[in-house]
Parts: sequence; structure tokens; C-alpha cells
Amino acid sequence: MLSISVPAFVSGVVSGQPMHIPDGYLGPWFAMAMWVVSLVILGLSISRFGRRLSQRMVPLVALFAAFSFVIMMFNVPLIGGTTGHAVGATIAAIVLGPEGATIAVAIALLVQALFFGDGGILAYGANVFLMAIVMPWAAWVVYRAIAGNASATSGRRLVAGAVAGWAGLSLAAGLAGVFFGMQPLLFHTADGTPLYAPFPLGVAVPAMLIPHMLVASVIEGLVTAGILAFVQRTNSGLLHAKDASTPQGAVNLRPLWIGLAALVVLSPIGLLAGGSAWGEWAADEIEGIVGYVPQGLASTQGWTAPLPDYGMSGLAPAFGYILSAGLGILLVVGIVWGIGKITARRTAQGKS
Amino acid sequence: MARSVVERTLAGVTESLEQSLFAEEIAREPGALQSLDPRVKLIGFLALLLAVSFVHNLWVLVSLYCLTLILAWISRVPLDRFVKRVWLALPFFTGMVAIPVLFNFVTPGNPLLVLSNSPYIAITEQGARAAAFLILRVGTSVSLAVLLVLVTPWATLLRALNVLKVPTLFLLVLGMTYRYIYLLLRTSSDMFLARQSRVVGRMKAADQRRVVTNTMGNLLGKSYDMSQEVYFAMLSRGYRGRPRTLDQFQMKPRDWAWAAGLVTLAVVAVILGGR
Repeated sequence: MLSISVPAFVSGVVSGQPMHIPDGYLGPWFAMAMWVVSLVILGLSISRFGRRLSQRMVPLVALFAAFSFVIMMFNVPLIGGTTGHAVGATIAAIVLGPEGATIAVAIALLVQALFFGDGGILAYGANVFLMAIVMPWAAWVVYRAIAGNASATSGRRLVAGAVAGWAGLSLAAGLAGVFFGMQPLLFHTADGTPLYAPFPLGVAVPAMLIPHMLVASVIEGLVTAGILAFVQRTNSGLLHAKDASTPQGAVNLRPLWIGLAALVVLSPIGLLAGGSAWGEWAADEIEGIVGYVPQGLASTQGWTAPLPDYGMSGLAPAFGYILSAGLGILLVVGIVWGIGKITARRTAQGKS
Repeated sequence: MARSVVERTLAGVTESLEQSLFAEEIAREPGALQSLDPRVKLIGFLALLLAVSFVHNLWVLVSLYCLTLILAWISRVPLDRFVKRVWLALPFFTGMVAIPVLFNFVTPGNPLLVLSNSPYIAITEQGARAAAFLILRVGTSVSLAVLLVLVTPWATLLRALNVLKVPTLFLLVLGMTYRYIYLLLRTSSDMFLARQSRVVGRMKAADQRRVVTNTMGNLLGKSYDMSQEVYFAMLSRGYRGRPRTLDQFQMKPRDWAWAAGLVTLAVVAVILGGR
């Protein structure tokens, strides 16, 4: 099963095609829910970032949004002639802080969706959630955890940037896989035809996660470290532009880790609740809500029969999917945590 | 010989600059959609986009795509370029993603075409429909988004977003972003061209990567410095943190008719399409 669908995703990811979710992959209700979540977080980011920067925020965010848009177009060579694109959310999070990165990347994504048809308009909420919220926050947490109090020009910051870029994009890609995998559970016709993204969780999550972990996330990590190295050599003032970035020094990371863990745990739970509610609604109440049974559904006469594979009777396998999805995400976080601990210890040893 | 990374990036940048020129050209044509109030286009296209997303019937989806083509045609958008731009970008991702969906091991269901009995491999009815749903939905949505931008100059579209209660501050940033994207694209294209003209032979992948990331780092510094300059320029022109816009849109009877027409079509599509 995996051996066939994975190459499709891999080639999609490797060929550097738009990594943004187009319209048509997510069910409309799901897409709208993501809009609401993203708008709330975007609003909070704007007010928090705006308080620190006040009027200077407008040009700073505009230029950084333009910057992250432009570097998404650069071809970055990897091994063996493959090239790919970076998202740039990591470097934005390092220089502007996570709230600033959220606003800048969200604007870059909006320009792409509106003016270049890259990434859906209904799917914009989900794209913002993944690439402008999850990715910069995760990257920032990892960066702070590894960089610690290292000086602005220390090599440890390069390692921190590389791991942060890799981890941030991997987490976002894994979550995108969870989003895709939830669609056939949530939205399908009575005979089991998926209406939007068609792959089950067991396929979608590894298919998004593995190629990203091997290619796109590696590029994001390399690019972040490369930019950091260049900035350290030529323009290190940028790395401690105090008023623009978050305050330097020790930061209590515990709430962020808890938030991240909650995110990981909550997304599958939402799937469980949403899946059964939607299934019940579709089977029992559609006639009451719509007033008639739609043609296509009526002809399948499957009202009382359990829906094949994806319906209520499939709760146990669905739980298996949830478990695997959660495990996949935890795996990424775990690997990052491990790498962070090891490099932090090595750098500390190298210094003393 | 394979083109170098620098050359490919240059070509990509040039192409997107060309594409936006093409868009501005079409937006100035005297077509049917171009002369409409931008708010009507925004609301109407959003309604159609939602309809595309909600429809549960393949034929209604096909009709919605045909409607998009008709709208493009009456707006004097060259159909060949329009269709090519949408569908040539799609197969790479959605097309390849959709292929495995056809088969029984991803989408179990009634066999449509049995390819082999042991192991059992078949194209299922459900699989074929799932793939068609995905491709048609993505294609029609992208077509609608591309068409909206082709027939509306971006500055106008930006102001029309005000109707959807997008905060003015956000729109100000959005407009500036759009403007500086072109500046940064030009700057990076200059940097790559300067680099390219000083390179003899082929570079190793690691060197190419360094060139690309150094260019990005340079661009980052330039962006930051420029944001300071832009800020001072704004201050010196009286910016006080409260952007103002001129709103000179006026709805004519024709606009109301189009708005009603597009929204009605979207509603009819959703009703016919199953939900």
C-alpha cells in the first residue's frame, strides 16, 4: 500500500511543487474551522507583536513577508541533482520571534493564494495553521532549546537553526498528513467514496512525513543554517536586533513544550469526536436537515447498513490510525528533543 | 546539460514577473468581468468557490468548471493560456497523488476494471470517483482563483477586501508586501545574474547551496535595512499608525445583477449537487 502511494507524494514534494494545500483537498467545514482557529491566533500574534513594535511593525512585517515569499522561489540543491524550496518560516522566527514570523508568513501565504493561485483560498486557514503557526513556533522552541545562551556568532546557533528548520517543517508536514487523513473519515458518500483528500491516515501521515523528513525539511534546515552563517559573518547585528526579536537570554520553555504536546494529543482526539459526530449526522439526520434524500445517496439504499470501512463500525481501526498518527508526530518531536540534548551537551563540552 | 540552480531560479523569477505582467494586461481588457465592481467579483467568486467545495455530484462539478471557462471567455482571457496555466501546474501534485486512489488497496469498493486476480488488483468505482472529485475540485478552484486575479488589477482587489472586513492595517501590510515582492525579486534576480556572469564551469552542489543561502542571507539583511528606511519614509510623510484609504467604489444596476446571478448560480449548484 505504502510502496505505491509514497512515491507519488515523494515526487510531489521533491519536485518542489507548491507545498501549500490547494482547495479541494479539505472538506469545507474542516477548512472553515481552520480559518477560525488561524484567525484567532493571527489576531493574538498581531496584538502581541504590535505592542512590542507599535508603528514600526507595518514595514518590518511587510518586508519580511516579501522576503519569505521570494526565498520560497529559490531552488536549493540537495544531493544528486535534486532541488527543492525552503519555506523560510524558521529564519523569520529566529529574527522576528514566533509572533512576527506568524504574521509575515501568513501574509506571504495570502499573497500566494490570492495573486498567484498557489495554495487554496478556502484552505488558507489550514495553510496558515501549518506553515505560519505550527512551523515557526515549533522551530522557535527547538532553536531556543538548543541555542540556549550561546553568543550571537557561536556555531551552536547554526546547529540550532538547522535542527529547528528540520523539526518545524517535519512537524507541519506530519500534521498536514493528519489533516489529509482525517478527510476520508469525515467526508465520504454513503458508498464510501471519499469526497476530498482520499487517503486514510495510515497512508497520508507517513506519505507526508517521511519524504519531508528526508528532503524538504533537510533543505529548510540547510537553508536556515546557511542564512544564519552568512548573517553571523556579515550582519550579526541582525541577530540581536533586540526590539525586533524576542528578548535574549534564558526563556522558560515549559509552557511551550506543554502547548506543543497538547497540540499533538488534541488533534487525534478532535478526529475521534469529529468522525463519529459527522458519521451519525450523515446517516441519520440528513433527511431532517435537508428535507429530502439527495438523489445520489438515495439510490445507494445504504441507510441502515453499516458504512463500509469508514463508518461507525470502523471505530476500532480508526483508533489504530489515530494512534499511529500520534506516534508519528511524537517520534519527530522525540528525535528533535534527542538531537537537541546531544548537540547542546557537545557544544557545552567543546566550550569548556 | 542540466541548467544550474542559479539559472533555474533566475528563470523562475523571470517567469513570475512575466505572469504578473500578463495579468495586468488582461485586467485592462474591456471584457465582461473587468468592468464589474471588484466587490461583486470577490463575493461572487467566493460563493462559486464554496459551491465547488460543497458539491457532492461530479456532473455539477463539471458544469461549474465549464461556467468558469465561459466566464473567462466573455472576459477575453486567452483560453489556451488560461487552461494551460491551471492544468500544467496541477498534474505534478494532484495527478500523481490521485493515481493510487484508483485502486482497490487504497479505495476499496465495487470493481470497475480488474487488472489482476492474484494478487487482487482492480480499479474501483469509488476510487475512480474519488480521484475525479479531487482533480476536478482542485482544478476548478484554482481556475476560479486565477481568473479572479486575471480580471482584477491587484490594487483594486486589495481595496475590495475591505468589504470582507479585513482590517485596514492588514491590507496596508498586504499591499506593501506585494509591492516589495517585486523589488526583492528584481534585487535577487540581479544578484543571481551578477553571480552567474562571474562563474566559469560547473559548481559543486555544496558551493551552489552556499551561493543560494548567501544570497538569501544578503536579501534578509537588505529587507531589514529597507524596512527601517521605509518606516522613516512613512513617518516623514505623516504616518501615525492609522492607514487611510480612498473608497470610490459605486454599485451600478449591472453590478447588482451580476452579484445576484453569480450567487444564485452558486446556490443552485449546491442544491443540485447534493447538500
